[in-house]
Amino acid sequence: MFYREAGDFKTSYSEDGQTFPIKFDRLRFYAVLAVAFGVIPLFINDYWANAVAVPFLIYAIAAIGLNILVGYAGQVSLGTGGFMAVGAYAVYKLMTAFPEVSIFIHVILAGLITAAVGVVFGLPSLRIKGFYLAVATLAAQFFLVWLFNKVPWFYNYSASGQINAPERTVFGVFVTGAQTSAMAKYMFCLVILTLVALVARNLTRGTVGRKWMAIRDMDIAAEIIGVNPLTTKLTAFAVSSFFIGIAGALFFAVYLGAAEVGESFGIQKSFLILFMVIIGGLGSIFGSFAGAAFLVLLPVFLKNVLVGTLGWPTDLAAHIELMIVGGLIVVFLIAEPHGIAQLWRVAKEKLRLWPFPH
Amino acid sequence: MRKTLTALVAAAMTLGAAPVMAELVVPNLSYRTGPYAANGIPYADGFNDYFTLLNERDGGIGGEMIKSPECETAYNTEKGVECYEATKGEGALAYNPLSTGITYQLIPKMAEDGITLYTPGYGRTSAANGKVFKWVFNYPANYWDGASVAVKYLMDQNGGSLEGKKIALVYHNSAYGKEPIRTLEELSKKHGFTLSTLPVDHPGQEQKSQWLQIRREKPDYVIMYGWGVMNQVAIQEAVNIRFPMENFIGIWWSGSENDVQAAGDKATGYKALSFHGTGMDYPVYADMKKYVVDTGKASGAGDQVGTMLYSRGMYAAIIISEAIRKAQELAGKSAVNAAEVRDGFENLDLTEARLVELGLPDFSQPIKASCENHGGPGAARVFQWDAASKKWNAASDWITSDKDVLDPLIAEDSAAFAKESGIEERCK
Repeated sequence: MFYREAGDFKTSYSEDGQTFPIKFDRLRFYAVLAVAFGVIPLFINDYWANAVAVPFLIYAIAAIGLNILVGYAGQVSLGTGGFMAVGAYAVYKLMTAFPEVSIFIHVILAGLITAAVGVVFGLPSLRIKGFYLAVATLAAQFFLVWLFNKVPWFYNYSASGQINAPERTVFGVFVTGAQTSAMAKYMFCLVILTLVALVARNLTRGTVGRKWMAIRDMDIAAEIIGVNPLTTKLTAFAVSSFFIGIAGALFFAVYLGAAEVGESFGIQKSFLILFMVIIGGLGSIFGSFAGAAFLVLLPVFLKNVLVGTLGWPTDLAAHIELMIVGGLIVVFLIAEPHGIAQLWRVAKEKLRLWPFPH
Repeated sequence: MRKTLTALVAAAMTLGAAPVMAELVVPNLSYRTGPYAANGIPYADGFNDYFTLLNERDGGIGGEMIKSPECETAYNTEKGVECYEATKGEGALAYNPLSTGITYQLIPKMAEDGITLYTPGYGRTSAANGKVFKWVFNYPANYWDGASVAVKYLMDQNGGSLEGKKIALVYHNSAYGKEPIRTLEELSKKHGFTLSTLPVDHPGQEQKSQWLQIRREKPDYVIMYGWGVMNQVAIQEAVNIRFPMENFIGIWWSGSENDVQAAGDKATGYKALSFHGTGMDYPVYADMKKYVVDTGKASGAGDQVGTMLYSRGMYAAIIISEAIRKAQELAGKSAVNAAEVRDGFENLDLTEARLVELGLPDFSQPIKASCENHGGPGAARVFQWDAASKKWNAASDWITSDKDVLDPLIAEDSAAFAKESGIEERCK
């Protein structure tokens, strides 16, 4: 009754082909956009931006990127941290080499550079599959981290190997560096996330996305019906790395402001984003958001409850927090192996019939 | 789901963070979990216990109680940022994050927010130049001082010359570990020793290949810039390849009891630098026992009192409390704000007489800060581990670093930062 897929008739192709063809979904989408753009910026402060909102937005971009590769195209990757590092170092080199160009363009360029690197490391996927591909991307992870540590050109020969984001503005408002306001950080990431999510959603609904899913479901069958595995797999790697590169660039330039590759873009980052994708739901854009929200917000929330409200010692709280998050992941995956996105699908199913089930 | 969570977080936040402005707030960004916990715990305990002592014995500083809310960073920069944002709203006066990575993130943020960043013996070395870094202080000594002191000590051991000697640097492959490389390269040119560098990746549990290389190259001395579990592993590996322990020198972050005890008796003779004393032979510990330990107010398990890193955490708390005292004196009131505390740091004059008053005779070198000098004397002492008595014994007197080599490097690095960030030099 509340969620209706039927009875929503269209009279033109463009109406039928819009991003959210079902009216309820569309309204929900507009409502989320209105809150995200119209309400949250009025209330956001430094703590909310730096501890909750900005990391959530950036991890959501990375999770969408990885979801395209793992969830839609079925190519397992453990190289996410390394690809984020490519984005971060690319944006750093661009920002310091061309200070007059807008940071927005630099972020997009960093994404494109990462896409190129991703294609190179995606080449083995034409020969190897599954766990073997995971190992190959793991090699990419370690190689890239090693490279950014080893070659001083990437960090402009600084004594400590740290990269620091210089101050840059968009329309005269600081978005990187220390003077950035909470709202500017939030809005900059939000605009990019919105663009990324719309592009991803539309890609996955069209020819490209259907080819990815065909390859995921059975590559030999897909090849027989005329899907070219070379271009399909490589576009998946390119698009995925493009988004992950953007996430890495924002992670360094907007969120952290200073980074060092081993600590910020290590193997833990690859696993964290893979967990987000798996918990959120493979092959779902909404799932990427849900997974990122789960793994970014839950630890902060637990910490505030255990230390802030209950007054526990910080070390005990940190250990309990790890146990709770880990336990919840296991419980979650046993109860709902297809992730949070599946819960939403089940909820829709229920709402369609409620309050009059058969 | 997301909305409920957000609402719950909001509820938790409002319950948790009620600002109390009447106290002096010095947050303790500590780490008691993760691969660096063995070193983070004693430091955090020492830091907390000294403030507890001041509160219990003297009623705070100048009549104002000190509050030190603790926040767990796990040596992770993202959590460090969260901790900083969570605590700065309480009216924080100074931060001591005990992590070079977090320090690099906080340097521009804290200059903008106007809060002092105090990084004794770590952080960005060129912050010693107060002309560029207004809000950062890293006295009494920094990483480059440490490298220079170690080399000077080795020169003394070799009758004044290191010509033709081989020195290997085993370092944590991060901003922290890479810091001394430039300095050691300059020093190797000046003194004619050859330097080889061996990076160890975070967290440092795997060092077989590095020590195999040391076994092959047979350097005369090994200098280590390690932290956390890396120290224990390195000392164990050195024991395994039978490297002579007395030729193995750690920076002050590689010289705690927890680092050497894992290797047992074989670790005897291992040397480490320190910019302060250690052990229980200081009068301050009588008060510490009376007011903090015996009343059950000690931080953590209370079993770290008097250890090397406990002393260092206490040292950081002493300097911060002395800076607050100076700020109260300058401002003529007891409820000082963050800007006044910065002035206190800049005008700090810690004399030997004051250290005796504090119950810590000959604990560290006197500090006289100024507008230009945020780096302090740069002196350190070599300590040697004795596994039988489980004690660090002083193996040298105070050694001052080679300022002729370091000052140009600091000027160069801070000038680069000033140019990058568009900072005008102060103190003219």
